[in-house]
Amino acid sequence: MIKYMLAKEKDIPGGTAALFFSFSAIMWFIIGTGLGSFNAAKLAFPDWFTHSYALQFGHMRQVHVMAVIFGWITGAFAASAMYVVPALGNTKLWSEKLGVWNCMMWNVGMAVGLSSLWFGMTSGREYSDFIWPIDLYIAFVMVTPLFVNIFMSIVTRRTQGIYTTNWFFAASFFMLIIVFLIGNIPEFFHLTGLNEAYMTWWFAHNVLGLLITPVAAAITYYIVPKVTGNPLYSHRVGHLHFWSIVVFYSTPAAHHLMSSPLPEWLKSFASVEGVLILVPAVAYVCNILLTMQGRWSMFVENIEIKYTITGVLLAIPLNMQGGFQQTRAINWYVHGTGWIVAHAHLALLGFSTFAEAAAVYYGIQTLTRRKLYSLSLANFHFWMLLIGFSLYWVSMTIAGLIQGAGKIYEVPYMDVVIAEHPYMIVRWLGGTLVFIGNWVWLYNMYMTVKAGEKLSVGVQPQDVAYAR
Amino acid sequence: MGFREYRVGSILFGVALSTSMMITLYMPSLDISGVSSTATALEKQLTYGKINAFDYGDLFLHGTDKPIKVILKKNPATGAVMDEVAAYVFKPGTSFPSGLKHDNILGDDVQALSVSLGKMNKATEAKGGVFLVSTKVTNGVETPYIEFATATRGWGVDATLKAASETILAGSGKTMFIREGCWWCHTLLPEETHDWQSFGRPPMLGDFNGESPTTFGSDRKAPDLLHVGSRNSSKEWMMLHFFNPRLVQPHSIMPRYDYLWGGKDAKGNVIDLNKWDVEFNAYRDGERVYPPEVPDYADDSEIRYLIDFVLNLK
Ligand code: HEC
Repeated sequence: MIKYMLAKEKDIPGGTAALFFSFSAIMWFIIGTGLGSFNAAKLAFPDWFTHSYALQFGHMRQVHVMAVIFGWITGAFAASAMYVVPALGNTKLWSEKLGVWNCMMWNVGMAVGLSSLWFGMTSGREYSDFIWPIDLYIAFVMVTPLFVNIFMSIVTRRTQGIYTTNWFFAASFFMLIIVFLIGNIPEFFHLTGLNEAYMTWWFAHNVLGLLITPVAAAITYYIVPKVTGNPLYSHRVGHLHFWSIVVFYSTPAAHHLMSSPLPEWLKSFASVEGVLILVPAVAYVCNILLTMQGRWSMFVENIEIKYTITGVLLAIPLNMQGGFQQTRAINWYVHGTGWIVAHAHLALLGFSTFAEAAAVYYGIQTLTRRKLYSLSLANFHFWMLLIGFSLYWVSMTIAGLIQGAGKIYEVPYMDVVIAEHPYMIVRWLGGTLVFIGNWVWLYNMYMTVKAGEKLSVGVQPQDVAYAR
Repeated sequence: MGFREYRVGSILFGVALSTSMMITLYMPSLDISGVSSTATALEKQLTYGKINAFDYGDLFLHGTDKPIKVILKKNPATGAVMDEVAAYVFKPGTSFPSGLKHDNILGDDVQALSVSLGKMNKATEAKGGVFLVSTKVTNGVETPYIEFATATRGWGVDATLKAASETILAGSGKTMFIREGCWWCHTLLPEETHDWQSFGRPPMLGDFNGESPTTFGSDRKAPDLLHVGSRNSSKEWMMLHFFNPRLVQPHSIMPRYDYLWGGKDAKGNVIDLNKWDVEFNAYRDGERVYPPEVPDYADDSEIRYLIDFVLNLK
């Protein structure tokens, strides 16, 4: 990597930055899920690894969240944007060198940020836990170069129109910078009280709503038509998806605080806007699933499509939960329970992780022009992810319903803790499966780059997936 | 960029995004900023100080740069016995909470009273001072305000600390609460659908002015703590429970916080956690009748801050 950081732009092979980002994203995914599994173990078996400041649950929980969101998910987004945008624009990445530096600075930022968080330097605000110097670093040193690179690659494209995927890439990375700068105003300028609390959730909502869901969707807009060979079902519906995200998605932030004493009009407004999120959601899911027409066999046969479509199918319960659990009628029951934890994992470990895993699998094969090293290992990884995730999701949903019942029927809290305990153990099992699966994935990807069969000119990975 | 549509699109994009921010950020912030502080909010600001997270005054979250809450039973200036009152002592140099520094935090009425009756704007961070939360009743309406007792009653920092019958380091304790991640399990926001008899009433709109961060918590795996000091005020119980929650609650999933004792007990003896573990395991397995003793904590240990904070949550 250092070699390419100092090399001249023309000496760096195309796709280098995307490859670096892919592998660092996988590494962060392993670290993030490892921490997740360890945290889950601490909740199930609290007397495991005691006496230690560093290994206490409250010090590691946020490190898990941040490693996964900014190391894995956003890193994988960067990786996919860096090869998808040039491919769609029939051009090269605007600056491969900037991309390589970007990846290096990204990993440095994550390492410094996560260790400071781990050792207790926190802003005490959920999802914007990083202290403000790190927030500024993320906005200006990590995300801004990424945005500039992607945006300029779109501007210098050699095709006429801009495909749906690229609208999302360009808009989302830009919005991420804005969200970081505005969402952290309470820390930069010391805003206090309910303003601070509300902005915390404005930030959290928009990192999910303006970055993670749209970019994961953007990836599927690329992978599905590309791999199946079907054109996108409707560009109009794609428009509807994009514009309704821009208009609605950033508005319902207050629905995260339905039980707090925020102004009532704000909560009602947020709740209505929250239901409107179903517009982009339904448009998107229908669009992708209809694109699959006639090629559904690939859902079983092709590994990238298997990942992508699983992600899209998981987006259905995700959006149905998201649209309705924030209404007052339902929120009073599930607020603050494991149900919400399950929902968050449905979005991050379900929908978006599956979409990104597809993009990384596909990207590494096309960039190195090598066939996947082992399809069986890829399938193994898929099932580890899916089973692990399902165990997690089902157990936390049940635990959440138990907590909700405990809350409204005024059950003594201790009884709720006891009733939840089996589900805590299942959650740990699920997380561990995901963690183990990811090691297999890393191995498979490494071997693909090192020893995968070379693809001959003009052949796409999906064409030879079954050739021996 | 080519097509005219893209230019139109970019403009629409800007308009959509700024309108949504106007509605979701600017309008609520105006609304929230107009709220008048309750007495709870004033007490919280004076107890917790400026920020209970990463800040210039406390980079590594050790709970420094925080005011000291004291309970007074006699007048620090005269020594005369008086009704019990809580005072908040800012040693010279301690950062002020934003309500003491900025005019638009407390809400109009509270701000006006704090300045006219409370002489709040006479206070400076460099000199520090002693503050009280007082109330004025006009036409049956109670308005709380901040009183700068150093100016109004002549209570000096040292005299007040000396006269204190109890010292509560809840400001440093809140920093511990945040650093240790208690809020990943406990909320500080009981819900309306909760059992009010056991968890207390949910907070009100004006209860938060000037608090930073608010740490509501979102993922509740444990009882709400906003009013925990009212239902359990035993220091002894807290001590056992933080050392090892399984001592008092065998099925608890709460982590042990034995490392917050800082390695030495109140008498300066080294605490041997491993030996304690062996004895505790023997007790748990029925080989011992009594659990091992939990060491008393030192007065400047982090666990002391934390316990002060928890018991102060009334
Ligand atoms: C892993 C989750 C978890 C973490 C982290 C945690 N707790 Fe707890 N806590 C619990 C559970 C579960 C209970 C209820 C069972 C019990 O009494 O131990 C509890 C109970 C309590 C109680 C008694 C509440 C009552 O209603 O009487 C207090 C006080 C408390 N915790 C304080 C803290 C503080 C302070 C911290 C941070 C240093 C903390 N907890 C961190 C899970 C947690």
